[in-house]
Amino acid sequence: MVEKTPILDFFTYAFLMLGILIVGFPIIYSLIAATLPLDEVSRVPMPMIPGDQFLVNMTEAWTRGNLGTQITNSIIMATGITFGKIVVSMIGAFSIVYFDYKFRKLAFASVFCTLMLPVEVRILPTYEMAANVLSPVQTIWDFLHLNGLVSWFTGNDFSLSLNWSLLDSYPGLIFPLIASATCTFLFRQFFLTIPEELCEAAKIDGATPMIFFRKILFPLSKTNIAALVVIEFVYGYNQYLWPLLVTTNTKMTTAVIGLQNLIPQADDLPEWNIALGGALLVMLPPVLVVLFMQRWFVKGLIEKEK
Amino acid sequence: MKLSRFCLLFITAVCLALPASAFAKPVTINWWHAMRSARGEVAAKMIADFNASQSDYKVVGTFKGNYDETMNAGVAAFRAKKQPHILQVFEVGTQTMMLSGAVYPVFELMKDAGIEVDWSRYLQAVLSYYMNADGNLMSMPFNSSTPIMYYNVDMFKKAGIAPLSKTEPVTWDELGEITKKLVDAKIAPAGMVTAWQSWTQIENYSAIHNIAFASKANGYKGLDCKLEINNPTVAKHIERLKSWADDKRFMYGGQKYQGPKSEFIAQNAAIYIDSISGIAKLKKAVKDFKWDAAPLPIEAGTKPQNSIIGGASLWVLNGHTKEEYKGAAAFLKFLSSNQMQEYWHKETGYFPITIDAYEDLKSKGYYTANPLQEVGITQLNRAIPTEISRGLRLGYFVQIRNIINEELEMVWNGKKAPQKALDDAVARSNTQLATFAKTYK
Amino acid sequence: MIKRSFFKSRYLPYLLIFPQILVTLTFFYWPAIQGILQSFMLSDPFGRKSTFVWFYNYIELFTDPLYLKSILITFVFSLATAAVSISLGLFIASMANRALKAKALVRTMLIWPYAVAPAISGIMWLFLLHPSYGVVALAIKKWMGIDWNPVLYGSDAMIMIVMASAWKEVSYNFVFFMAGMQAVPKSLIEAAAIDGAGPLRRFWTITFPLLSPTFFFLTVMNIIYSFFETFGIIHTVTQGGPGGSTNILVYKVYQDGFVGLNLGSSAAQSVVLMSLIIIITVLQFKFVEKKVQYSG
Repeated sequence: MVEKTPILDFFTYAFLMLGILIVGFPIIYSLIAATLPLDEVSRVPMPMIPGDQFLVNMTEAWTRGNLGTQITNSIIMATGITFGKIVVSMIGAFSIVYFDYKFRKLAFASVFCTLMLPVEVRILPTYEMAANVLSPVQTIWDFLHLNGLVSWFTGNDFSLSLNWSLLDSYPGLIFPLIASATCTFLFRQFFLTIPEELCEAAKIDGATPMIFFRKILFPLSKTNIAALVVIEFVYGYNQYLWPLLVTTNTKMTTAVIGLQNLIPQADDLPEWNIALGGALLVMLPPVLVVLFMQRWFVKGLIEKEK
Repeated sequence: MKLSRFCLLFITAVCLALPASAFAKPVTINWWHAMRSARGEVAAKMIADFNASQSDYKVVGTFKGNYDETMNAGVAAFRAKKQPHILQVFEVGTQTMMLSGAVYPVFELMKDAGIEVDWSRYLQAVLSYYMNADGNLMSMPFNSSTPIMYYNVDMFKKAGIAPLSKTEPVTWDELGEITKKLVDAKIAPAGMVTAWQSWTQIENYSAIHNIAFASKANGYKGLDCKLEINNPTVAKHIERLKSWADDKRFMYGGQKYQGPKSEFIAQNAAIYIDSISGIAKLKKAVKDFKWDAAPLPIEAGTKPQNSIIGGASLWVLNGHTKEEYKGAAAFLKFLSSNQMQEYWHKETGYFPITIDAYEDLKSKGYYTANPLQEVGITQLNRAIPTEISRGLRLGYFVQIRNIINEELEMVWNGKKAPQKALDDAVARSNTQLATFAKTYK
Repeated sequence: MIKRSFFKSRYLPYLLIFPQILVTLTFFYWPAIQGILQSFMLSDPFGRKSTFVWFYNYIELFTDPLYLKSILITFVFSLATAAVSISLGLFIASMANRALKAKALVRTMLIWPYAVAPAISGIMWLFLLHPSYGVVALAIKKWMGIDWNPVLYGSDAMIMIVMASAWKEVSYNFVFFMAGMQAVPKSLIEAAAIDGAGPLRRFWTITFPLLSPTFFFLTVMNIIYSFFETFGIIHTVTQGGPGGSTNILVYKVYQDGFVGLNLGSSAAQSVVLMSLIIIITVLQFKFVEKKVQYSG
């Protein structure tokens, strides 16, 4: 650092190696396990030399765990959430920051409240909501006794029963998770740092708000968007509780949940080589996204704090 | 109003036009179940056989996850008006299903579909768990099991103990002597280990000795029931097990079955109490010692009642057409045929539910070749179920079992005396029961 | 307030904010209100009847030893996870901060656990700590002589999930600590070095205090993470067992609501959880405001 301290440097690098080893150990171990045949992976202790069964185990995990369908579901869900959240929040933040209208503050406050309550806190009622998205309309209809009103008006018996279920569907997986306004908040903070002059200049040039958005705001936000793509994709892909409840159809299971089927239960053969091989396959998409977009991602994480 | 009349006409016309095309196809019956992997394949074959045997109905089976996931899927589907025709629900969910207002009782289903069923030809101990208070069957038993006692034959031989009878239960006192011999001679590190302690040591213990588990005939007769497991007999049994734990005649292996089973397989315990489903598991996993099975022990001087079942049953849900219900009834009847019952029993070890199937297998010599499979059936059949040995009908049963598990664990850990633990379990469970009763008032 | 220049448009702002508001109302506010209402009622799972019972569910909760135990378990679990992952993250970050040359490489090698789902982390650690053949389990049994068995002993199960959760969070904390350390003005460090302070002293007297907003922020984020996102770990690895020793609050909400089918109690538990998180977040905002003013 400031002074030359070779001993301290040595220790620094040594501890760094140790730290990296601690963090990397589970994955290295899983990698080795995924290359071994069954009798070696259940040997006590497991040998640390990689075997040659990598492709065999991976293929087995893929077919047995139905990983193809599941990873596709996960990717669709994650992409939907990423895209949905970013689009909805960008235009929402644009509205809150660049327009002055009566409900502006209220809109922002209501959106801000969602920040601190993740879906896990409200799972049951959100689940019922997904089971019938029209239930608020139904409730209000019933509450106002509109059935009776319409019956009286038309002279026939009338009963409205609204039902739109999002269970076991991609919208069901995606929409409820868009409701968190973390991205809106972030974009708002970011838009507030953009110099006033740009907006003034655009107005003088007679640009419509949407042209300003497209030609100036959007390009400036690219770094933020990139960071959010990473954050939201990882967030969406790794969702556990919500997909667990919303999907019961095995064709709609997401990868992180479906992986459970590969875990050896107490009665089964301890085929951890297959289970861990499957785990490695499942974790691949988000890890790749993070690794490739590292720079923007780190920048975005830090921006989030401020 | 002209407009509403026109709409009505239009909709009616459309509705009439549609089913015309549907008449040619068989009626689809949806069955949601929780049978995974091997058992799922057996169920799939049974469905395929039914579909092949006739052309009016087509059953579609869907695996929905484990028991609580399947039940939840069913509940959610019902609320969304997308429920299946048949839903497999575990035994602890029986009370919830009965009070749901969402089910079509099986005895009514069969009657309305015009299918004659001689319920007396069914194993009463299995049926009685799913009957209402009047003795009518609400849901069709599908996979039923009961606990039995497995033991390490090699260890017994080394200690000079003769193999146990498969029909006459030993007494708990005798078991105490057996385990003492094994532990003192250092043949076994511990004597006995048990899985599902609430089910085997309290529920079944009470049923076998004709002791009430809860008031109002174990909850069959009313929602305002209270637990009664803190009675002197059960308390003495738990005290006995605790004193055995102190000298290693009993070892606590965990709440479910994985822990106890691995202790038995690793030969850390000589005796293992678990469901008959353990037979298949032990056959696969035990390689280096001989083992056998016997009925659960009883108190000296009692004439034992039947043991009670665990597992799941098939419920038929409301909201479908008469035609579809005929199909559901036909499917349930098909499942009760000798051929299906024997196939299910042989492949999975779960009980055949009809006496006919049982006797047919007996005459074919199946039980002479596989004596293990008969231990559970004999135990189940040895007496006509009484009002309090036919089963349990409690709300929030899942929570109650958790409470009992927790309290018993504190006994084994030495943190609570047996009587106090049972008293606390009763108090806490009664709170659950009271909340349940309030919900359904 | 800063004067902002605004666009003038009658309908556009409403149109733009509409999707966000719609989704928030539908999937956040309506369920939240329903949840609060449901916590005051006893409902049967099939939706046939609901009885209004005032605070009955809440009273039942707070007189239930199982629930109080769950609160304790959640706090123990989250504090342990936060402590382990923050200290490890800080340690690695300070080491990496000194290793000028390899910074980018180190970051690459440490950042990817962020992308791993907690449930998958749970699976890997389940394998490592499996009482029959897990390599770490064997090490514990051999070198420390402890009878390690997370299937049987609650404390062992707790250690297992703490490890699985903390491992994942280390990379998150690492990133923030690294950034925080790089924001420390070099001039301060050099001045201290000239004054004769060794590297360790410099760390504790200068770097660490300047990191305290980061530190505090991470504590809150870690606690919130372990309150909620670890559901996947618990469900995959221990299912709340053995004997309810890893039954954290969010898992209990799921257990009672979806397994036990007691909707009122589950809703009440959700409301309690909501309040806890709001309190923690509010405390964070207040505290951070103060700290920011102090460091000026």
